[in-house]
Amino acid sequence: MFAFIARRIIQAILVMLVISLVGFSIKDQIGDPVRDLVGERVTPAERAEIAEKMGLNDPFFTQYYRFVKNAVTKGDLGRSFLYNKPNLEVILHHAPATIELVFGTALIIIVISLPLGVYCALRPRTFLSRFTMSFSTLGVSMPVYLTAILLIFLFAIHWQVLPSYGRGDTIDLFGLGWWSTGLLTIDGLRHLILPCVSLSTLMLPLFIRLIRSEMMEVLETEYIKYAWAKGLSPARVWMVHAFKNTLLPVITVFGVQIGIMFAFTLLTELVFQWPGMGFMFLEAVHRADISLLIAYLVVVACLFVVVNTVVDILYGFINPTVRITGTK
Amino acid sequence: MKKLALLVLSLFMVMSFAFSAGAKTLKVGLDADPVSLDPQVQLSGGMLQLSHWVFDPLVRWTPDMKFEPRLATKWERLDDLTMRFYLRKGVKFHSGNTFTAKDVKWSFDRMGKSADFKGLLEPFEGCFIVDDYTVDIKTKKPYALLLNMATYFFAMDSKFYTGTDANGQPKVRILKIGESFALNNASGTGAFIVTKREHNVVLEMERNPNYWDKNSPGNVTKFILTPIKENATRVAALLSGDVDFINPVPPQDFKRVEKDPKLNLVMINGGRIITFQMNQNRNKALANTKVRQAIVHAVNNTGIVKKIMKGKATAAAQQGPEGYMGYKESLVPRYDLDKAKALMKEAGYENGFEVTMMAPNNRYVNDAKIAEATAQMLGKIGIKVNLKTMPKAQYWNEFDARAADIMMIGWHSDTEDSGNFSEFLMMCENKETGYGQYNSGYCNPKVDELTIAAQSETDMKKRAEILQEIEQILYDDAAFVPFHWQNHAYGAKKNLNLKGVLNSQNFPYFGDLVIE
Repeated sequence: MFAFIARRIIQAILVMLVISLVGFSIKDQIGDPVRDLVGERVTPAERAEIAEKMGLNDPFFTQYYRFVKNAVTKGDLGRSFLYNKPNLEVILHHAPATIELVFGTALIIIVISLPLGVYCALRPRTFLSRFTMSFSTLGVSMPVYLTAILLIFLFAIHWQVLPSYGRGDTIDLFGLGWWSTGLLTIDGLRHLILPCVSLSTLMLPLFIRLIRSEMMEVLETEYIKYAWAKGLSPARVWMVHAFKNTLLPVITVFGVQIGIMFAFTLLTELVFQWPGMGFMFLEAVHRADISLLIAYLVVVACLFVVVNTVVDILYGFINPTVRITGTK
Repeated sequence: MKKLALLVLSLFMVMSFAFSAGAKTLKVGLDADPVSLDPQVQLSGGMLQLSHWVFDPLVRWTPDMKFEPRLATKWERLDDLTMRFYLRKGVKFHSGNTFTAKDVKWSFDRMGKSADFKGLLEPFEGCFIVDDYTVDIKTKKPYALLLNMATYFFAMDSKFYTGTDANGQPKVRILKIGESFALNNASGTGAFIVTKREHNVVLEMERNPNYWDKNSPGNVTKFILTPIKENATRVAALLSGDVDFINPVPPQDFKRVEKDPKLNLVMINGGRIITFQMNQNRNKALANTKVRQAIVHAVNNTGIVKKIMKGKATAAAQQGPEGYMGYKESLVPRYDLDKAKALMKEAGYENGFEVTMMAPNNRYVNDAKIAEATAQMLGKIGIKVNLKTMPKAQYWNEFDARAADIMMIGWHSDTEDSGNFSEFLMMCENKETGYGQYNSGYCNPKVDELTIAAQSETDMKKRAEILQEIEQILYDDAAFVPFHWQNHAYGAKKNLNLKGVLNSQNFPYFGDLVIE
């Protein structure tokens, strides 16, 4: 068992090294960060001096070694050129906005897709079901960017009932200084509505369809027929016997999709000027903040690697065959 | 219990907003926010805007390009090299310290240590204190643009920025990367005091209650600046009433903003010229004056202004816009396709040739579209253009390497004077002096000679003649392809009185803004 865990951890470290190396090797393709820091009339000599001070002229492996050394010994992932703060702090500062956005979106998806999906499965021929199904096709095929602009046009400009951009009032949670939340003010909640709705249009149709088809499949199984034969009430058959089993695959997919959703906030955050991680990432690309880009890549990779490694190790405990194949 | 406390807190916040409704709050959406609170860390439009809100210069430009006394009440020329400035009395910094000649000298000296500003200070000998409220500013040679430069001399609070900060570092230092005192702290004499700054998210300022300029009509008590990068979102924020003022308005939305009964679209002539440079060293066809003339004749820049810029720019045929000293009225756009073809024939390029062209796609208004249109226009006289456009983060490296035959560059004169264009764009490239830093392959010793002569000519009539001669030479030589001077496009609610606030430098003086 110990050998198995050790091997898993060594693998994880290797993966991290490779990812950071890949990040480092693309950094020269993004552009010149010094250009963004100085005015246009600064001479090339001055710019070279600044690049030298920033350590950008050092050989590739010197830079890489410095980065890894600082990351491992001090937990320091460097300093963002654009925000002029430690990268970790910048990323941490932008995380809550994205988390709240995804949380709100997940909530909308659950609240709407569950009843609608179940209804469409139970009453497939009603008008509402047909309408839902055709409307959901539209939702899937419309890009988030367009949905977002359309929502802004209708709700912010035309009817002027909801704000068009930003997070509104936020409250510093627990006095931490970096977790600012918009969930506790009315203004903050109002600002959440449009971004969440536009982000949810992407996944909502998928879940309605998934729940519908899973539910329909379950309703055809033998044990449901048996339950009907036993004379159980429809509510009991549907909710207790059918619905519960429908949920199993749905939850698995939901978990994966939430992860993917973090990636999709990019466009939504851009359109709504939402100060989250996606927005931060785009800014870093535009302004050639290579330091922040690499740090972001490493943090995200680290999250995935840690989660995967922990899951693998847990698997090893639960299912010994994994462990055995690992030691052959 | 914690939840309850938070609930009460949020209620309180909502209510405090309701109570402060009587105050005049200005919400502004710009495409970027200042990178620092240190006015000397970067020479860029955004930083100079901030400087005009939080600090004050010795003199500033009025909208009609005259000098307006600010911290200097008057000035006189003592000799060819020296200008004496008499400073305003009774001015306090935000920290409460009193403004004196010491602060002017201190700020001047600190500026000389900034990588971005030291180039501007190159002609200067120094700043010398005469008494508490008088300074002499001396130049090394007679310098015609001393007053123009005084618009850059913002006074920083020398006492406030002296000593060491919490990290044990001197407060005075200028740092591009890293924590410096001036990055997050500011004490100026300006109309606004910074109360909150979260880079790339929000910058909040409040009116300075002790502002020295009692004649300023400005009534903005709170000023909130939000950077809104995405064009569509910025316009939407204005249309929905979430912000009161935006800049820039993208050309495709001019009509929308104009049509809205609650909004004004304000256009101000800006001095930024958009040009293409033709590299004579890379492509020998371009070294032929006739070919360059043919190219300039083939490019319908008036049409580009009309179609791509939606009529809101001024078609150009020379570097400096009207109002600049070197402006020559007789130089007008010269689109003439037949003549262009004839010139190509004369030059012996009847069958045309191939060129490479590069332009940024997010630096100037509609830059990539202008480049595409130009490539098509050149196609009509047989020049096959291989065009590549890219984001500015990559473009500048390509420009430094002079990676294409024809490259786009826009330029705004820091000194609001014609000479500056030639110094950076048209003088022969010289790594030692820094002249011609953005010149890709045009070199005419006569232009160099005249440009240098104009710098030290203090007789303004003679100086204008020299600068106009330069424009004429460049015009005849077809030294570059001129497009237009960009306008600044602002969208604002009707209740904002922008008279005297907006100017061609794009430094909105919000301290003087009246919200009706």
